[in-house]
Amino acid sequence: MSINNLTIHETKEALKEGKFSTEELVDSYIDHIEKIDPKVDAFLLKCLDRAKDQAKKIDSEKQNDTCSLSGIPYALKDNICTKGIKTTAASKMLYNFIPPYNADVYERLNSMNSIMLGKVNMDEFAMGSSTENSAFKVTKNPWDLSTVPGGSSGGSAVAVASDMAAFALGTDTGGSIRQPASLCGVVGLKPTYGLVSRFGLIAFASSLDQIGTFAKDVEDTAIILNAIAGHDPKDSTSLDLPKKDYTDQLKNGTKELTIGILKNYKAEGVQEEVQTAMDDAIAAYKSMGAKVVEVDFRYFKQALAAYYIIACAEASSNLARYDGVRYGFRAKDYTDYIDMYYKTRSEGFGSEVKRRIMLGTYALSSGYYDAYYKKAMQVRTVIINEYKKIFDQCDVLLTPTSATTAFKIGEKMNDPLQMYMSDTFTVPINIAGIPAISIPAELDHKGLPIGLQIVGPVLGEEKILQAAWALEKHFDFRKNQPNL
Amino acid sequence: MEYEVVVGMEIHAELLTKTKIFCSCPTKFGDPENTHTCPICLGMPGVLPVLNKSVVKYAVRAGLALNCKIANFSKMDRKNYFYPDLPKAYQTSQYDRPLCLGGTVNINVNGKTKPIGITRIHIEEDAGKLLHESSDGTLVDVNRCGVPLIEIVSEPDIRGPEEARIFAEKVRNTLEYTGVSDCKMEEGSIRFDVNVSVREKGSKELGTRTEMKNLNSFRALERAIKYESKRQIIELKKGHSIVQETRKWDDVKGISSAMRSKEDAQDYRYFPEPDLVPIVISDDEIKKAKDQLPEMPEAKKERYMAEYNLPEYDANLITSTKETARFFESTVNLCNHPKQVANWLMVDIPAHLKEKDLTMDTIPFSPEDLAELINLIQDGTISGKIAKSVMEKMFDEEGSPKEIVEKHNWAQMQDTGELKSIIEKIVQDNPKSVSDIAAGNKKAYGFLTGQVMKATKGKANPQLANKIIREVVSKKIDE
Ligand SMILES: [Zn+2]
Repeated sequence: MSINNLTIHETKEALKEGKFSTEELVDSYIDHIEKIDPKVDAFLLKCLDRAKDQAKKIDSEKQNDTCSLSGIPYALKDNICTKGIKTTAASKMLYNFIPPYNADVYERLNSMNSIMLGKVNMDEFAMGSSTENSAFKVTKNPWDLSTVPGGSSGGSAVAVASDMAAFALGTDTGGSIRQPASLCGVVGLKPTYGLVSRFGLIAFASSLDQIGTFAKDVEDTAIILNAIAGHDPKDSTSLDLPKKDYTDQLKNGTKELTIGILKNYKAEGVQEEVQTAMDDAIAAYKSMGAKVVEVDFRYFKQALAAYYIIACAEASSNLARYDGVRYGFRAKDYTDYIDMYYKTRSEGFGSEVKRRIMLGTYALSSGYYDAYYKKAMQVRTVIINEYKKIFDQCDVLLTPTSATTAFKIGEKMNDPLQMYMSDTFTVPINIAGIPAISIPAELDHKGLPIGLQIVGPVLGEEKILQAAWALEKHFDFRKNQPNL
Repeated sequence: MEYEVVVGMEIHAELLTKTKIFCSCPTKFGDPENTHTCPICLGMPGVLPVLNKSVVKYAVRAGLALNCKIANFSKMDRKNYFYPDLPKAYQTSQYDRPLCLGGTVNINVNGKTKPIGITRIHIEEDAGKLLHESSDGTLVDVNRCGVPLIEIVSEPDIRGPEEARIFAEKVRNTLEYTGVSDCKMEEGSIRFDVNVSVREKGSKELGTRTEMKNLNSFRALERAIKYESKRQIIELKKGHSIVQETRKWDDVKGISSAMRSKEDAQDYRYFPEPDLVPIVISDDEIKKAKDQLPEMPEAKKERYMAEYNLPEYDANLITSTKETARFFESTVNLCNHPKQVANWLMVDIPAHLKEKDLTMDTIPFSPEDLAELINLIQDGTISGKIAKSVMEKMFDEEGSPKEIVEKHNWAQMQDTGELKSIIEKIVQDNPKSVSDIAAGNKKAYGFLTGQVMKATKGKANPQLANKIIREVVSKKIDE
């Protein structure tokens, strides 16, 4: 096993024992990135010299023992702002944008001396489920280079799945962490809305966006969450709560837990092997002493509809600032400012982004607001209440993350509705603002990872991590490695 | 046929907070372009707004001063439109749940009190400014972006241009009084939008209205309404109907012209601001804000009439600005001659201020100085006439009244002995006056007094001089 295949907790152990230095660790990642990234195209910007300097500094100042993430190399989704380092959201619109400020999460990781290796690919402005909507490159799934890694945080998932980073941060608006984690065979966590600051996250849909983690295992996930969760006065929607250690209850087992299973999940076009993995997981929980109960959720269709209205409405407003006036892309040859707006926005945005801006603009228009946006907000309330009822009956809810494993590059690009359907199991979670984790279970017959999602109530991170850790032990997925 | 002019107003006022509504940039006016900016007010990607608590505090104070009900729950909304002076391409404002609702302003029209309804007051951010004059094309100054505003919306209770002006003045005074806004019209910190319509007198229905935006003086406000209502009446008399539209007021030419019709009106696609949480204010907090509200001009006027015995006219004038009222009270506390203090503040002081292009804010002397001047008159050190000259020197900043009197040797002659010998000499030198008086011609006293004042260069206390003259003359007659 190579150095860069280790988890964070294994790496920290090895660093502590002096098996290798931080510099050797980073060198190993750099070598691997240079070898692997040309095959998978995960990185938009590599900061390797910077990473090496930082590693040397940590070694010379002996800082790598100070905290759980010091000296640990990671990748950052390119919609998270990094001061002085280009941040593009994978859009032509921001192809040259260098933020003069840091995202709160990046600030926190910097203060822990974690080492940022680079900025990774995504669907433009996080709009998509395959990372094919990037303005710059198509990222490939390391398990089969002809398939997509999922999206929108495809680059983050691939960086971790192909051992180019010990962990990565991504963002999840409707499944953008969990679905690519599932398709790439890594652990992806979307925390409760408000647990992690959104300051410096380039907004797609403000009321749904949440920064979360990609990791090799559940324990690492808890360690990263410890680092990035916490109140931020710069984000008014950030929750002000006492600090928690998410590793505390991790290994407590599942004897005390009640696991909820949806009665009707198979109706959502779930691939047979995904159903088998579900059955396997249910049997495992039962054998580990957990109670398994059936619960009902009837609103997948409505959730998806409401999601696309709310997300597009907010996006149409959030993305209006990209007008070519102050920063980023500006079209050439315009006659007046209106013409400049038209040309800049027509040329600067990709087609999926334009599609969603138009959908959102329509949904907010006078005369349609009540029928679309207002209705969608009412659906949102219904869904929140539905989950409250579910979590009266169980501690966590087990579902597939994605109905299918990775699909072919190009397969769904001309069928946006089919693409939107790949978020069926993940979207309602964002609508309700609750936490969920995707963990890899098994490989399907094509050798592609199957992921399962564990959902919790508001601030139920500890419970879902606990349930996920136990299931991870059962599947022991890491015995499988992509062949690159 | 007789027509009635109906006016509704929207007043935008910048709040006096030190920092902007969603970031910590200063709100200071008049600094070089784009020096009060940060990623937040520049609308950079990924930044988030945090609502400045003082904005809510100031707006609540304005709401209470205008007799509004403060909402326990209100929220911010986004008003979406593209313009280069609006970095986020939306203005964060309040749409269907404003901070203050349902107030009243009592205005004084021809000696009668008339209530004007306030529909709502909401908080929002100001936009930047476009600078078109540049040779580099149009430039944007973002300094004003995010400066907090309140928008005060009146009911269409205003009838005609004069009432509109009186209403606007009253609102401005109230905002100034409460320290909510400095209401400097020349800096655009208070702006008026008016909706004007006309209808047959006696009709209950409102006519079709036109809107004129950003009127920035009381004069422009009054003229614009006068012109626009006359234009509408002429149109109606011709049998035309009024087009609902926004019209531009040209203050130089004194005319309004069509700008954009209702059909062209933008769809702002309001929706709740997802980056901010609702504003929740408890009844306790509202009560506390109410208790901290300064005394309003009307209450102050009543108190001045009761406490200081000022005539209503004086009380009105003295309370018309916060600074004059404050100067009045401070002075009265020191010298306890309210009527005299009021007289100075109503007549001489405004005249000097005007001449020197000063205001009560920049007046070069203190209430202590004015009190000293009044005390000098009261104790007979100087005459009322001399006092006017002292005041002039006070505006020239020659020093305190005592210093000025001393410097110019303006004190009245208080020494009875000295004055008596001067008078005895004058009586001696004017035997004709004495014989006139003896013959019953009392007018000759006036002549003698004049001689005394001449001899003392006006410094003789006139009452004292008269008394002594009578003593000396009757003694002379008795001789
Ligand atoms: Zn600012």
